[in-house]
Amino acid sequence: MSTHGEWEAVIGLEVHCQLLTKSKIFSGAATAYGAEPNTQADAVTLGFPGVLPVLNGDALRMAIKFGLAIDATITQRSVFNRKHYFYPDLPKGYQITQYELPIVAGGKLDIELPDGSTKTIGITRAHMEEDAGKSLHENFVGVTGIDLNRAGTPLIEIVSEPEIRSAAEAVAYLKKLHQLVVYLGVSDGNMQEGSFRCDANVSVRRRGTEKFGTRTETKNVNSFRYVEKAIEYEIERQIGVIEAGGVIVQETRLFNPDTGETRSMRSKENANDYRYFPDPDLLPVVVTTDDIEKIRATMPELPEAKRNRFMQQYGLPKYDASVLTAEAALADYYETVVSTSAGDPKICANWVIGDLLGLLNKQSLEIGASPVSAAALAGLVARIADKTISGKIAKEVFEAMFAGEGSADDIIKAKGLVQITDESAIAAAIDEIIAKNPGQLAEYRGGKDKLFGFFVGQAMKATQGKANPEALNRLLKEKLAG
Amino acid sequence: MHKLSIKQLSEGLRAKQFSSRELTQFYLERISRYEPSLNSLITTTAERALAQADAADAAIAAGNAGPLTGVPLIQKDIFCTRGVRTSCASKMLDRFISPYDATIVEKLDAAGMPMLGKANMDEFAMGSSNETSWYGAVKNPWDLERVPGGSSGGSVAAVAAGLAPVATATDTGGSIRQPAALTNLTGIKPTYGRVSRYGMIAFASSLDQAGVVARSAEDAAVVLQAMSGFDPRDSTSVDRPVDDYVAALDRPIKGLRIGLPKEYFADGLAPSSRQRIEQAIEVFKTLGATFTEVSLPNSPLSVPTYYVVAPAEASSNLSRFDGVRYGHRSESARTLEEIYKRSRGEGFGAEVQRRIMIGTYVLSHGYYDAYYLQAQKVRRLIFDDFKRAFESCDLLLGPTATDVAFKLGTNVDDPVAMYLNDIYTIAANLAGIPAMSLSCGFVDGLPVGMQLMGNFFDEARMLNAAHQYQQATDFHRQLPKGFE
Repeated sequence: MSTHGEWEAVIGLEVHCQLLTKSKIFSGAATAYGAEPNTQADAVTLGFPGVLPVLNGDALRMAIKFGLAIDATITQRSVFNRKHYFYPDLPKGYQITQYELPIVAGGKLDIELPDGSTKTIGITRAHMEEDAGKSLHENFVGVTGIDLNRAGTPLIEIVSEPEIRSAAEAVAYLKKLHQLVVYLGVSDGNMQEGSFRCDANVSVRRRGTEKFGTRTETKNVNSFRYVEKAIEYEIERQIGVIEAGGVIVQETRLFNPDTGETRSMRSKENANDYRYFPDPDLLPVVVTTDDIEKIRATMPELPEAKRNRFMQQYGLPKYDASVLTAEAALADYYETVVSTSAGDPKICANWVIGDLLGLLNKQSLEIGASPVSAAALAGLVARIADKTISGKIAKEVFEAMFAGEGSADDIIKAKGLVQITDESAIAAAIDEIIAKNPGQLAEYRGGKDKLFGFFVGQAMKATQGKANPEALNRLLKEKLAG
Repeated sequence: MHKLSIKQLSEGLRAKQFSSRELTQFYLERISRYEPSLNSLITTTAERALAQADAADAAIAAGNAGPLTGVPLIQKDIFCTRGVRTSCASKMLDRFISPYDATIVEKLDAAGMPMLGKANMDEFAMGSSNETSWYGAVKNPWDLERVPGGSSGGSVAAVAAGLAPVATATDTGGSIRQPAALTNLTGIKPTYGRVSRYGMIAFASSLDQAGVVARSAEDAAVVLQAMSGFDPRDSTSVDRPVDDYVAALDRPIKGLRIGLPKEYFADGLAPSSRQRIEQAIEVFKTLGATFTEVSLPNSPLSVPTYYVVAPAEASSNLSRFDGVRYGHRSESARTLEEIYKRSRGEGFGAEVQRRIMIGTYVLSHGYYDAYYLQAQKVRRLIFDDFKRAFESCDLLLGPTATDVAFKLGTNVDDPVAMYLNDIYTIAANLAGIPAMSLSCGFVDGLPVGMQLMGNFFDEARMLNAAHQYQQATDFHRQLPKGFE
């Protein structure tokens, strides 16, 4: 992490998070990503004359769910406003959003910093609003295409307090927030598809001063890495300007991922007067305490609680528990493996974190797309536990399972991998090896202990790795001792 | 035939005295004969009407007829009609064919009413004389040199001239009641939220309400009945059963407590109009109604409040007309900014542009609190005035307009004088209460209207009182000369 000498950065983030509803926030049009342009634009989406908005109850419930997860106050009478500006991808000439009375107010999020310490970031508010459409510049010459499929997709805009002090903290905050919304099932969090977008407000001040410097807002930085780069660039740029005797201009800037730089988009003087006023087509959104409690009852276990439970219930180290609870789907996978296999939780964790995630990452697969189901992996772990196969053979079986060759039992059977536990058979194999290697035997007995490994290798080779390792070790030691 | 009430038409249809096709044809012929002198329609939809009439005749033959089956109507051109131009009397939407039907269009289609055409109106319903229409001014059938009132001028002119038995209309600050008063009709604006606004092109969303103009309270009641009700597509529509307006008509009104707001009888009301209303009060007394004076102390604030709230909402609602997806796009525009500026500059008329500018100003940063927010507070006071009045009264009675219809061109250069036309009607929109206008006589051959205002969702009582008055008088049965 870079430091900035006598300067301190002050950062606040605004995250636009698309809610995972089937239909739009104010109409029945579908919200699926990637459809042919304008095929998900009904009369309401297109802003036809005479159409009216009707709030999607699912969007409201998801926003409340998010609010409860960050310990916020749910506004029991929130209001939708109109925010006016002209742009071709904004069909009505105004965006329906919440302004003075957002649905979620005053929450917080605990983030973990790279040094292991925790910091609480305040969340000022989260409000519901509709997304705009998209202007398409590619594949057009001299004109701009408009795709209104995205217009009207429900968003929550999550605004943090200016309590973030570095690019690294910003990334930690975003990752935590991202994990949370995906956990809650209120967003798919897909950053490539724009489901989770970030604007960064950055200013700098001399350490020890109270007053904030003039801030800039960098728009639409759509990956964790870009957020880090954009903020880092902006901090350095602002310090440079001030140290050179200049002043920071309040403005909106755009990040260019190719150069890693931000550039001015529009200054405050050119900012729109949005002419906010309460949308007369929508009544205030009234939420009762009973409504809130009903939603609270549907809250899933949140990441931190789950991690702590994994440490307690399964005796896992913090690292394992953190990895396994990073995603709800992975945590569910792990718990299915443990309960179905009746295996040792730590061994199960090793399989999931080491072998499974290793292969998934190599092939860039999500846990949901794993070729080995939790039940299948449990089947494998059970064969280790009941000593049908050794842990070493199990790796081979797992790779075959991942390649789609069948269940653990099928593969063990097909490849004849059942472990040899018959001690007389193992003893016979050992006898043969000792007989074949008189020189090594003499050296071993002469004190060269390292040769034990050589004999283990030879014996495993002779049994095609199927000998029960514990029995092999014990018998080999006895026989080598003479 | 054009003198018959809807009830009589319906009975004639069921008795097979005439078919809906014949009736529709009859009105279409009257439209071709009289329309050139009135300009009350923007679009005539003969084919659609005749197809609907045939369907109505089939329903009648099959014994599936309702009270409105086969009775034609005219829709104000503010309601979206699928496959038919929906212009809102603006150049902006001159070529706009709506891809969907407004809820009330669906409802009245389903009721079996053939739509003869789409009525002229003030552009985007902004006006009190029907002189702001892109399609030209509408003439008052009672005197072709006079205005029919606005914004529903086409609806009233058509019904008053017998081009249709009934027409839909909308009322944001008096646009149903004032034109009804100026043309000897009965026009009702129900409670805000009673009739769906879905598919009604928005002027000022918190004030707009659809209603009916007809030749009697009885006709208005039966059509309003079919239009009313909760619509899940309109968040501001109210989920509450609709009273039986027709059944309520014949109740005696003995003991009805009617309040006379003293502010409505102050200077500004033409003495001749006042005299007609005083005569109407006497009629009501003979029917057993009692009268008391009440005060609506904040009513002088209605017009200024309205001219903050309505333009503010209008400036926002009309933002969607940007030349990008539908509507007028300037042919000379080369850049995005030019598309916006020129399309809107060319597509909107002067009055619409004036209100967009006023609305933009009152919502702008630094002025919002002083204007819009303040206006909303005053609106609350106006609402409280009515609430207090209805504690001791069942209905309020007063004038609808300051005077009879004025001559075309009188107020076109004086917006404020034009705005003051709505001085008695605006308060009901600001409060959201139902109100109606009905004829109470004539001055020099021109109709005078009186206004009834009711408590929330008390349309039935209002229509009942109006009907009882119309049973005792015959002003509403008079027809303008030259259109018999």
